[in-house]
Amino acid sequence: MSIAVETTARPLRVRVSAVEGVRQTCSLAWRTLVQIKHSPFELLDFTVQPVMFVLLFTYVFGGAIAGSPHQYLTFALPGIIVQNALFTTLNTGVGLSTDLEKGFFDRLRALPIARFSPLAGRIVADVVKQAWSIAMLLIVGAILGFRVGTGPPSVLAAFALLLVSTLAVSWPIVLVAMLAAKPEKVQVFGFIVLFPLTFTSDAFVRTASMPGWLQAWAKVNPVSLLSDAARGLLVSGPVTGPALASLLYALGFTVVFAPLAVRALRRRV
Amino acid sequence: MSAITGIVGGMTYSIVAEGLVKRFGETVALAGVDLEVRTGSVFGLLGPNGAGKTTAVRILATLVRPDAGHATVGGYDVVASAHQVRQLIGLAGQYASVDETLTGLENLLLIGRLVGQSRSAARHRARELLADFRLDDAAGRAVKTYSGGMRRRLDLAASLVSRPRVLYLDEPTTGLDPLSRSEMWDIIRGLTASGVTVLLTTQYLDEADQLAGEIVVVDHGRVIATGTPAELKARTGARFLAVTPARPADLPAVVSIVGMLTQATPTVSDATVTAPLADSAVLPAVVRHLDDAGVEVGELSLRGSSLDEVFLSLTGHRARDESGSESGSASGSGHADQGELRAVSERSAR
Repeated sequence: MSIAVETTARPLRVRVSAVEGVRQTCSLAWRTLVQIKHSPFELLDFTVQPVMFVLLFTYVFGGAIAGSPHQYLTFALPGIIVQNALFTTLNTGVGLSTDLEKGFFDRLRALPIARFSPLAGRIVADVVKQAWSIAMLLIVGAILGFRVGTGPPSVLAAFALLLVSTLAVSWPIVLVAMLAAKPEKVQVFGFIVLFPLTFTSDAFVRTASMPGWLQAWAKVNPVSLLSDAARGLLVSGPVTGPALASLLYALGFTVVFAPLAVRALRRRV
Repeated sequence: MSAITGIVGGMTYSIVAEGLVKRFGETVALAGVDLEVRTGSVFGLLGPNGAGKTTAVRILATLVRPDAGHATVGGYDVVASAHQVRQLIGLAGQYASVDETLTGLENLLLIGRLVGQSRSAARHRARELLADFRLDDAAGRAVKTYSGGMRRRLDLAASLVSRPRVLYLDEPTTGLDPLSRSEMWDIIRGLTASGVTVLLTTQYLDEADQLAGEIVVVDHGRVIATGTPAELKARTGARFLAVTPARPADLPAVVSIVGMLTQATPTVSDATVTAPLADSAVLPAVVRHLDDAGVEVGELSLRGSSLDEVFLSLTGHRARDESGSESGSASGSGHADQGELRAVSERSAR
């Protein structure tokens, strides 16, 4: 058997240029998105699952919580969008952990590519998935009777705020992925933290009926603030206060967890 | 060319490592390893599980920094000039995998794009490699549907996308069935014919023997022997001749005949006489002499020396002996049988 491996003497580069680094990031983002094509389960994960949540919350709890499913949908859809966006960030951690475990990450690291591109590629792909999920939820919501109470600029601002926030949340998730040995553990850890976090907020219900101590927490819970901002941008209500608070949280998460995550990544590999 | 290759004593070396040390916590994976791999050769790094083979490869592939010592690939330091080294190498084997959710073609396209090939060049290269590795029929299928042998072939193809000058193959056949294994050997032989420098790690002496021009045996993070396969075999006894006479009373006669013809001191256990055999041409003479002496032979066999036997003769302890004790090194032959059996069963268990 003859195999074409004739080697050519080529000049070696000293470093990767920024443009190349961005191109490599795009190639790796493409890879993560192409995975969806071959893995229908993942499509279920971030398409069918959120739709199911909307249907269940609206028709099962809606009447009991807000008097009618339609009224509840108007209140809860922004909250459901936030909850879904947070859970979608687990993909980044699970995917990264899988790459590490299977050895694909080693193959990438042995290639002459920008050191940041494997992580950046995954994050870019996950932002695309996020945008898709949010759009899906808005479309399903609209079919069920949800009406955007603001204009296109506000909807775009809601997208931007949600994407920035989930990007910030993916740093602690990446950190967990680096510290946990197996992808499944990332999933479990995520659920244990994210479930209580999203439910002790005003994402799904008004906080008035909660006990006082819980109300106090729900008020400062970043999920509440982000839900309030999303509600303001998509339906009506105050925007500036909750949006600024959400951005501050995002900044805080990034400042604290991004360096820790990158350091843990360097140590792990 | 001379600027990018290490030249030592008039010979050209693609890989030069000196005093590599790596610790993981309490464990010493490498305790000072020197390697010199000649350009264009196939170099075998032979040792049992946990000997430090993979750690050595990971250092040479810029994935891990050594705690002490240094190494160059193509004249570039693996730590200080890691980016240049990465442009020269390809990595395949147990720990560098492909993306199982993508198709074979997509995996190769991705790597081609990452190493800077244009869209059409990457496609052309991917098609070329898929054809070379007989994966063209499976090109559009997700890798998770591939058999073990196909997956290894794709893994190797992925490491060749960038036309590396130095190729690391980390246990390329571990866990493969015999057919896929010999197929992989053919592929690796084909590669070496094209001038690539190959560093191969393996647990199997026969694999190193089949492929490598030079072998380094490592154990507990140290090099314990270096040489060509022939040299190593000469030191350890290339093959073992085992004769079991039908009548135990004939044992002394068998010992004297076998000893005379193999020019070695035979060992006796379980009514079987065993001796290392450097030249298999002696075999007919053995049969003739036994016949002349009127010895009725119950069983006569010729075995290759297993990794265990190599280790036994080089280190005095068994390859897979956790304690590393030097007990039981006196009677090599009786143990060798078990060792070989164990090696075979471990192989098939994977």
